[in-house]
Amino acid sequence: MIAELGQFALIMALLAAISQSILPLIGAERLDSRLMAFGSHASLVQLLFVILAFGCLTQAYIVSDFTLLNVAENSHSTKPLLYKISGVWGNHEGSMLLWVLILAVFGAAVAAFGRNLPVTLKARVLAIQAMIGVGFLTFLIFTSNPFTRLLVPPENGQDLNPLLQDPGLAFHPPMLYVGYVGFSVAFSFAIAALIEGKVDAAWARWVRPWTLTAWIFLTGGIALGSWWAYYELGWGGWWFWDPVENVSFMPWLMGTALLHSAVVVEKRNSLKVWTILLAILTFSLSLIGTFIVRSGLLTSVHAFAVNPERGIFILILLAIAIGGSLTLFAIKAPALKSGGIFSPISREGGLLLNNLLLSTACATVFLGTLYPLFMEALGGGRVSIGPPFYNKTFIPVMVPLFFLVCIGAYLPWKRADLVGVLKRLKYAGLAALLALLIAWYISDGGPLLAILGLGMAAWMLLGTLSEWADRIKLFRVPLAKSWQRAKNLPGSSWGMTLAHGGLAIAIIGMISTTAWKVEDVAVLKPGETISVAGTDYRFDGVREITGPNYSAVEATFNVSQDGEYMTTLKPEKRLYTVKRMPTTEAAIYSTFIGDYYAVIGDQDGKGGWTVRIYREPLVTWIWFGCTLMVFGGLLSLADRRLRVGAPAEKRKKKKVREAEV
Amino acid sequence: MSAKRKAIFALPLLITVVIFGYFFWALTKPGRDPKILPSVLIDKPAPEFDLKALVNLGVPGFARKDLTSNGKVSVVNIFASWCIPCLVEHPDMVKLGQRDDINLYGINYRDKPEDGLAWLNKNGNPYHRVGRDPKSRAGIDWGVYGVPETFIVDASGTIRYKHVGPLNTGDLEDTILPIIESLQAQ
Repeated sequence: MIAELGQFALIMALLAAISQSILPLIGAERLDSRLMAFGSHASLVQLLFVILAFGCLTQAYIVSDFTLLNVAENSHSTKPLLYKISGVWGNHEGSMLLWVLILAVFGAAVAAFGRNLPVTLKARVLAIQAMIGVGFLTFLIFTSNPFTRLLVPPENGQDLNPLLQDPGLAFHPPMLYVGYVGFSVAFSFAIAALIEGKVDAAWARWVRPWTLTAWIFLTGGIALGSWWAYYELGWGGWWFWDPVENVSFMPWLMGTALLHSAVVVEKRNSLKVWTILLAILTFSLSLIGTFIVRSGLLTSVHAFAVNPERGIFILILLAIAIGGSLTLFAIKAPALKSGGIFSPISREGGLLLNNLLLSTACATVFLGTLYPLFMEALGGGRVSIGPPFYNKTFIPVMVPLFFLVCIGAYLPWKRADLVGVLKRLKYAGLAALLALLIAWYISDGGPLLAILGLGMAAWMLLGTLSEWADRIKLFRVPLAKSWQRAKNLPGSSWGMTLAHGGLAIAIIGMISTTAWKVEDVAVLKPGETISVAGTDYRFDGVREITGPNYSAVEATFNVSQDGEYMTTLKPEKRLYTVKRMPTTEAAIYSTFIGDYYAVIGDQDGKGGWTVRIYREPLVTWIWFGCTLMVFGGLLSLADRRLRVGAPAEKRKKKKVREAEV
Repeated sequence: MSAKRKAIFALPLLITVVIFGYFFWALTKPGRDPKILPSVLIDKPAPEFDLKALVNLGVPGFARKDLTSNGKVSVVNIFASWCIPCLVEHPDMVKLGQRDDINLYGINYRDKPEDGLAWLNKNGNPYHRVGRDPKSRAGIDWGVYGVPETFIVDASGTIRYKHVGPLNTGDLEDTILPIIESLQAQ
């Protein structure tokens, strides 16, 4: 009964979305305020029905209602409650429902928070948002129905893929989806602006918080995903250039570019056409990101089950959304007035360069991800693209970007004095050089490129800090005064410093762990010791343990350095009973300077166990840096809300009057 | 504004059209599945095995020699009572089982015999022979790594095709039957 209620709610949500995508558009055309206001109501109704549907499916998972095909295939009665709930989105149908839910939340949020939006713009934005909803609700109801009943229900379910039974992965997909779907708002604003034929500073001010929200979640989602890959897959790696990773990374690169170019529109009324295009492309890549791995186009380790009919449906949907918006762009964008002029060396110029580099980087990832497909189409057979490709294409594009980050932050609008800026960065430059020499000394001559990379990351970090120090006049005025200035810095300024600094810290982590990782594999008998990078791991044997829905072997390692006890590592090898799938649970001891990482493998039949030990220098810096970036984004977001709020009242009245005329 | 400048604005659209052209090509090309690495068993003789029958099912057990005993093409389906996708493809198996120009053999994989029997009794047994393989002895030789899997073996006992996962709508008509027919024609 509850499942049928969920089914009914989905259909009602679709009807709400259909009317929401038509009536406000007509209203905006005719300046009919009642029709325009309908958009806000419909978006709330749509949200309520999608919440109801999602609640019904969640209920089915919690009570293990195996009469539902979806529950039977992805859940099991012995599964812990957390994974029963996360199982809701651990499969194709449920994750689509989550996607639609987040889309409806964003639509309703625009309706709720967009009180000071010009009414026509708001009506159009909500209509576009609803059109996306119509597409995906249709897809959900007709090809991926989560409420399909089983005529012959099994006694128990098939359980969720054990790799997904992990706290990190319980929250990774929702965060990623909030990121992907969040960009739909920027997209809807871009399309609405194209219809209205007007892009101005106010438009950019409305778009930025939404873009920033999406960016924060996407950053968090990607970081969480890579952290999960690091500790759960047991390979000691954190990024594999797998198609699924790439498709989440592409919208991030474009979204980052969008975030920066929207600043130029807001502050200088320039780069408008480019920003519109970026908004369209960012969301298009998000769509491709969610769907390409489900359509059967590309293969990946963590793709859902593929059904060719679904694939065609998805592709037609994407073609309409992306093709339609780009057609509108081709027709309407040439008429948009271009704004302020700037010299190449200026903050605008710097941000434009940032955009070009980020887009190029995104293009290389796109090419690498789809190259196998293109080759196959041209008769080149099956090929696979791995890290060497990205090392040769992606990294060379990113290096100048990283190098220029702190210079760009110093540049004033319109025209800048490059020599003057470089002079102000001289201490940061000297300190970065010193850091480079120290890295060289410590690593005892390690790989040259890695050492240069560390120097560059240090430059980025120190340059960012130096810009911050300049702003608060650190050491040039009394500390109390600097403190006062720091407190008065706008949140967006803090946000920039934290995000750029966080990026530099993450890069230091990435370079260090890639270049100086030590790994060793051995077969050990209980009592034997292996020494990896100066640390001794004594293998103290294994014992059998039983979890709620798995049985496992747990190994014990006594870790010591120079005879001094450090920690005990207990990696596990689990066998999930229902799926009969083994997983590795690495044991990791994290410190500021690096991780001690142990994995237990198979028995050799003669009393020995395969053991893999990794020493990962500075690896936690990656996620620490990402956390800083997320935090920076949040600070900037908090600031924007306050600033947008204050002068908004007056503007609203004026706009309403305009609309009434 | 010049036509040339206007054309630039259509460039993103053009690139997208080309990319989607590739997408549609890849999705509509029959038989393309990026997940399937060709099985090493293709065009190799089927492995040796001799599996006992499910008691009380009413059809005999299944052994290597049954693949070559009557000059017919064989379809070998790996199934289990705990496997939901098996239920999804079951109607296709029923269709195959009704034909008398092919052999349809089942391997009851990693299952308790009584569960496998109950499942077949409930859903109908389409198989001409069913061998039980509770410990996956034969399954390993067949290279099974998930259920269901479906193999097509020609009359001389050589494996000619392998399908991983359930037969989806259209798979039977578009892929399985044409292969069977081409093998029968040989």
